[in-house]
Amino acid sequence: MPLSSITASRRVVVALTASALAVGLTACGSDSSAATPAGGTPQPGGTLRYGLSQAPTCADPAQAGTNQTIYVARQIVDSLTDQNPDTGEIVPWLAESWDANADATQFTFRLRDGVTFSDGTPFTASSVKNNFDAIVHSIGGVKAPSAVGYLAGYTGTTVVDDHTAQVNFSAPNAPFLQATATLQLGLLSDKDAAKSAEERCAGDLSATGPFVLEDYQQDKSVTLVKRAGYSWGSDAFAHDGEAYLDRIEFSIVPESGVRTGSLASGQLDAISDALPQDAPQIEGAGGGILTTSNPGIPFGFQPNVTRGVLTDPAVRAALVPAINRQELVDTVLGPDFKPATSTLASATPGYAALDDVTYDPENAQRILDEAGWVPGAEGIRVKDGQQLSFPVLFSPVFAGNQAILELIQQQFRAVGVDLQLDLQSMPEQTARQNSGEYESSYYNSTRADGDILRTAFGLDGRNINRRGPIPQLDEVLTAQLTTTDPAARAELIRQAQQLVLDDGLWIPTVELSQAIGVGPNVQDLAFEASARLQFFDTWLSE
Amino acid sequence: MVRYLVSRVLQAAGVLWAAFTVSFGVLYLLPSDPVSMAASADNGTPVDAAAIAELQARYGLDQPVWTQYRNALGSAIRGDFGTSISTGQSVTDAIGAALPSTVVLASTALTAAVVGGTAVALLATYTRIGWLRNALLSVPPLGVAVPTFWVGLILLQVFSFRLKLVPAFGDQSIEHLILPAITLALPVSAVIAQVLAASLTSTWRQPFIEAARAKGASRLRIQMRHALRLSSIPAFTIAGVLVGSLLAGSVVVETVFSRAGIGRLTQMSVMAQDIPVVQGIVVFSAAVFVLVNLAVDLLYPLIDPRIVGARRRQGVAPEVERAPAAHDADLEVKALV
Repeated sequence: MPLSSITASRRVVVALTASALAVGLTACGSDSSAATPAGGTPQPGGTLRYGLSQAPTCADPAQAGTNQTIYVARQIVDSLTDQNPDTGEIVPWLAESWDANADATQFTFRLRDGVTFSDGTPFTASSVKNNFDAIVHSIGGVKAPSAVGYLAGYTGTTVVDDHTAQVNFSAPNAPFLQATATLQLGLLSDKDAAKSAEERCAGDLSATGPFVLEDYQQDKSVTLVKRAGYSWGSDAFAHDGEAYLDRIEFSIVPESGVRTGSLASGQLDAISDALPQDAPQIEGAGGGILTTSNPGIPFGFQPNVTRGVLTDPAVRAALVPAINRQELVDTVLGPDFKPATSTLASATPGYAALDDVTYDPENAQRILDEAGWVPGAEGIRVKDGQQLSFPVLFSPVFAGNQAILELIQQQFRAVGVDLQLDLQSMPEQTARQNSGEYESSYYNSTRADGDILRTAFGLDGRNINRRGPIPQLDEVLTAQLTTTDPAARAELIRQAQQLVLDDGLWIPTVELSQAIGVGPNVQDLAFEASARLQFFDTWLSE
Repeated sequence: MVRYLVSRVLQAAGVLWAAFTVSFGVLYLLPSDPVSMAASADNGTPVDAAAIAELQARYGLDQPVWTQYRNALGSAIRGDFGTSISTGQSVTDAIGAALPSTVVLASTALTAAVVGGTAVALLATYTRIGWLRNALLSVPPLGVAVPTFWVGLILLQVFSFRLKLVPAFGDQSIEHLILPAITLALPVSAVIAQVLAASLTSTWRQPFIEAARAKGASRLRIQMRHALRLSSIPAFTIAGVLVGSLLAGSVVVETVFSRAGIGRLTQMSVMAQDIPVVQGIVVFSAAVFVLVNLAVDLLYPLIDPRIVGARRRQGVAPEVERAPAAHDADLEVKALV
């Protein structure tokens, strides 16, 4: 039976307690976490052979940055909480329950009993303390930017008793609860937590996860085996007890055509980064492509408001309706991708669609006309002798970037705006972002929490906009940090999305999607809330 | 001989120093540094400037360039290239782990290339059938011209994905070696065939061939006993270049065939701007190049005893003696292409 691509479209919200109500749902009722159609009763056993598109950079969950690294590390490490990929709700994992104080500076977790690390040592409240202390004090923000960011304002963990850990912050940190569900705050054994950043990368780690690292060879391969006796799976998992698969063998197959060919010829069971053009070959062999769109900030332009024509708010406002996002998806990316509809991606908890993110070239023309940008030579508008032209700094970190921007170049041209493409390597883009030498920068950023708006647009973040204070926005971004009520926080995040757009701080284009190719024998391979793979419920038929 | 060896070793050290210095300069001039790059891998998360500064201090990136260079050179002389910034592995370990895969691949490919290239050259110059000769002589330029990447993918498509005879990725067994070795051998064998065929052609015009013929030797005997030996000298001369092109070719071949060797390590560390690893690989490759050239020079007398005489007379490398032959061969290669 041929498999169609299944797009996991999730409208999710953060909930502070396990029973929190869902708010702000605009769910379109589509399928939940991507999975192949039910192939009968799950059978335990077997080895799944997986083709990664890049070598994992490091075995340590706290330092994991790339998707390929996370796909491996996620399987060996458990977190305090998990996030339901369908609802965004935070559910128990290693913590059975939790609560936070009113201003979100103190979180108390009651831990599950009887959990052990794969080296045999017990998991206790001091394990939580040792792990978080190590991330902040010895690993540090350069090696573990996400983890240290999640622990912003961390003052320490109090071990109340063996099974109660109280995490303290010097300032409100409401997004911390969602962060405890991320891989980066996953928990290692006390011995491994004490290792240096480099030692942690080299593999040989003990954690509490459903799989155990059997062999980690940097740049070569990773083998995981099932953890016997695992019985503390998250509430988001579909079954209790041990994982179904006996082993997972990760090979690194950088060339996409080779990954697809290996999948279609039965040499691999599942592969990363299946390209749209590979779909016929995979489907022809009875397999399918699983897709989900990433939560966080969708792809877009971040203008430097201190440089060039983008200092004019009218220009920034006119660019939003000048982009035909559906055409970008249809022409360049294919059906697995979605046009952006807000300054947050649709899979992010608290996402709200914004009406202004709509293609309307007449409106773009009108805004520019009213702002005094009149048609000039070669169809490019001018004002006071200045041409309406600006460069965009981008890197090929996502393969579709260049083609997307070339198409946007034509769309802008149709309303009299000249866009110049400035393709650079990733290090060069980063260096230029840090030095402020750009008029606009094009990228995206993944996180399953609306707090990403603060890191991307807050004055205390990298401030790629180079903006000054905007009181209304700054207030909302700060308020969501202190608000633990899910409904109230979702409302603040909705306001922040609108304000970021109204102030012209982000010109959204398309959402990033993950595409995983699977063979006909792979069942129930799922994405977790941050759009990364979870193999716990996966099993092999035949 | 001792004086000769000492001068060659000094030359080799000079080449290694130059490789180290040039690569250091190029990497230093790149716009970003690996620490800031690693720190900004996740675009959304702001990184504490103090943390970056501390890490830069740990890798010595905050020092003046001259100090960085002196420290790096000092450690490199002791064989210590530091640790990889992106993985935390020591550079020596990373190269050590990748080396066996590449050595097996490159030596298999080199053997295949020597056998294949020599066979084509011998046959092309031996045969008297005009069309066969022309056909054989036009094979090498074709072999040089087709992109390695494309050849690799075609071989995979046919022999792995369709016929399912060999695995498509990995480097665990002999089966994994067949397709990548053929892919890597192809351009190298083409070069060997070109040079050797050109050299054989010019050797056949030399007077001593006439002498051998006058003594009643058969064409086959002249080809194998007299012409091949002398003609192999230009092919030996380019051995260093061939080893270089094997290392360069391994970057593409190891990526296509998913082998964890030096080539892919090079590609990944260049992408991540992992300065210590790139420097380690550059110096390692230069060392291989230098050693191969030294070995070739020491082997010349075994092939052509006249070269020993020349060296004794002059006490220097035998460039003078071998230059005309190599020069002739070059001209012939150009004519062939």
